[in-house]
Amino acid sequence: MSDLILEARGLVKEFGGFAAVRGVDLSIRRGTIHALIGPNGAGKTTVFNLLTKFLAPTRGAIVFEGRDITSLKPADIANLGIVRSFQISAVFPHLTALENVRVALQRRLGISYQFWRSRHVLDVLHEGAMEKLASVGLADFADQPAVLLSYGRKRALEIATTLALDPTLMLLDEPTQGMGAEDVGRVTDLIKEVSAGRTILMVEHNLGVVSRLADTITVLNRGRILAEGPYETVSHDPQVMEAYMGISAEESDG
Amino acid sequence: MATSEQTIGRSDTRGNGINLVLWAILLLFLLTAPAYIYTVFAMQLLCFALFACAFNLLLGFTGLLSFGHAAFFGAGAYLAGHAIKVWGLPPLAGILLGTAAAAVLGYVIGWLAIRRQGIYFAMITLALAQIIYFFGLQLPFTGGENGLQGIPRGHLFGFLDLNQPLVMYYFVAAVFLIGFLIIYRTIHSPFGQVLKSIRENEPRALSLGYNVTRFKLIAFIISAALSGLAGATKSVVFQFASLTDLHWQTSGEVILMTLLGGLGTIFGPVVGALTVVSLQHELSSLGSWVQVVIGAIFIVCVLVFRRGIIGELARLLKTSSM
Repeated sequence: MSDLILEARGLVKEFGGFAAVRGVDLSIRRGTIHALIGPNGAGKTTVFNLLTKFLAPTRGAIVFEGRDITSLKPADIANLGIVRSFQISAVFPHLTALENVRVALQRRLGISYQFWRSRHVLDVLHEGAMEKLASVGLADFADQPAVLLSYGRKRALEIATTLALDPTLMLLDEPTQGMGAEDVGRVTDLIKEVSAGRTILMVEHNLGVVSRLADTITVLNRGRILAEGPYETVSHDPQVMEAYMGISAEESDG
Repeated sequence: MATSEQTIGRSDTRGNGINLVLWAILLLFLLTAPAYIYTVFAMQLLCFALFACAFNLLLGFTGLLSFGHAAFFGAGAYLAGHAIKVWGLPPLAGILLGTAAAAVLGYVIGWLAIRRQGIYFAMITLALAQIIYFFGLQLPFTGGENGLQGIPRGHLFGFLDLNQPLVMYYFVAAVFLIGFLIIYRTIHSPFGQVLKSIRENEPRALSLGYNVTRFKLIAFIISAALSGLAGATKSVVFQFASLTDLHWQTSGEVILMTLLGGLGTIFGPVVGALTVVSLQHELSSLGSWVQVVIGAIFIVCVLVFRRGIIGELARLLKTSSM
C-alpha cells in the first residue's frame, strides 16, 4: 500500500469564465488528518466538491488508492470507501436516529432494491446501529426523530452515519460550523476519536479546531495553494498571515 | 416535508393499535360496502383510492411530484379496454396487460423526467402526459373524442360472471386490496427505507452510496404500474375508457386526493379519494361548480389542516404512520 491515499493533480474548475480552482495539487497521506483552510472564496468548498465528485473538474486528475477516480459518480466513490459530510447538517430529519444510521448500514446487506421484503429483515442491523450511536454518545436518543435533536447532536448523528459505512477516507465539510463553544469541543474530540485507523480531510474555518486536529494543513487562496505543512509552519508563513490571518477566525465563519 | 411519520418511540405501541383499527375499518368496509353504498360508486371509489395510493408512493414517500399520472391511469384503461374488446382477452389478462403497459410507459417517462428535479420534474411529466393525451385523441383504436366504449366485462377465470354487480364489486375490492398491500409492503421494505432517505435528504443518500436515480426510477415504475392497474380496472367496471382518464385534470385530482387525505400517510389517499369522489357525486347537480367547491375545500385544507385528514388525525393522536 502506498503512503498516499488520495492525490489530486492539477485540478482546475471553471464556472463560465470564472476559475474557482486554478491548478491545485493535493497529496493526502494515509492515516492523517488533513485540513483545507483559506479565506472566503478561496475555493475550499469547490475543491471539496471536486474530490467527492459532486462537481466534475474542468481539468486535472484525482487518484484514490492508485486508481483514477476522476470520472466516477458520487455513489461510486462511496462504494470505494470515500464518504463525505455536508456543510449543513446532513441527517434524514423524519427518520429516527437509529433509522438514520441503519440506512447507511443497510447498504452492505445488498437488499436495498427489494421492495417486496419486510423491513424486519433490517432488524439484524439494530445492534450495529446502536453501537455506532453509542460511540457518539447518542444511545439514549435512538428513537428520537433526527429533526428533534440539538444541532451538535445532529452533527454527531451525521458522523455516526458516516462511520457506519466504515470509510477509509472521510471528508468533512466544516464539521463545527455554526456551533456553540461547547459543541465545538465535543465534536472536535469526536473527530479525534474516530480518526484512529482512518484518513480525514476536512474543510474548517475554526483555527482552534484545525490546530488541535490537523497533521497537515493546506492553505488555499484565490483557487491556488498558498502554503502547506503542519500548523506551526503554516501559521508563521508571511503570505498566509497576510491573506488569511489578517482576518480573525471569528469574522471568517461563513 | 412534514409527514405524519414523525414519531416518538414510546407512542409506537399506541400507533400500532390505531393502525390495527384502521386496517379493521378498511377490511370491514371492503367486505360490506355493497350493503349500504351503490356498488358502482363503491367500485369507482376503490379505483381512485388505488390510484391515489400509487401516486402517494411517489409524492409522499419518495418526494417526487408527478403532474402526469393520468397518463398511466389512462394508458392502463385504454390498453386493457382494447385488449378485452378487440383482442377478446379475458378480463384479468386484459387488466394485467394494461398494468404492464403502464409500467413500460412509466419506465420511459420516468427515465426522462428523473433527470430533473422539483418543478422541472413536474413540468416534464406534465408535458409527456399531454403527448399521451394527444395519442389518445388521435390514434385509430382509441375512438378519439368518443373514447373506447362497450368493453365487455366478461367472465373472471372463465366462470365468474362479472356482469353480476356483486361479483364485479368483490373482484374490484380484491384488486384494490392487492394493490394496497403491494404499496404497503414497498413502503415498509428495505427499499422503502432508502426511498424515505431520498425524500428526506437526497444529496446525503447519494453520498452514502445509493444510486438515487435508480431508486427513483423503480419507485416511479411501481407507481405507474399500480396507477395503470387502477385505470384498467376502472375501464372494466364502467365498460369504457375515455379521454377524461388521460386528461391533466385527472392528474390534478389525484394530487388533490392525496393532499386532502394526508401526504405520506398510508390510509390518507383512501380517505382523500373517498372525500373527492363523494363530493363529485353529491354535488354533481351543480355541474362545473363542483370544481369551485372542491377548489375551496382544497384552499381550506392548505390553510387549516396542511397534513391532510389522516395526517392531522395522526398528529392529534400523537402517533406514528397511519
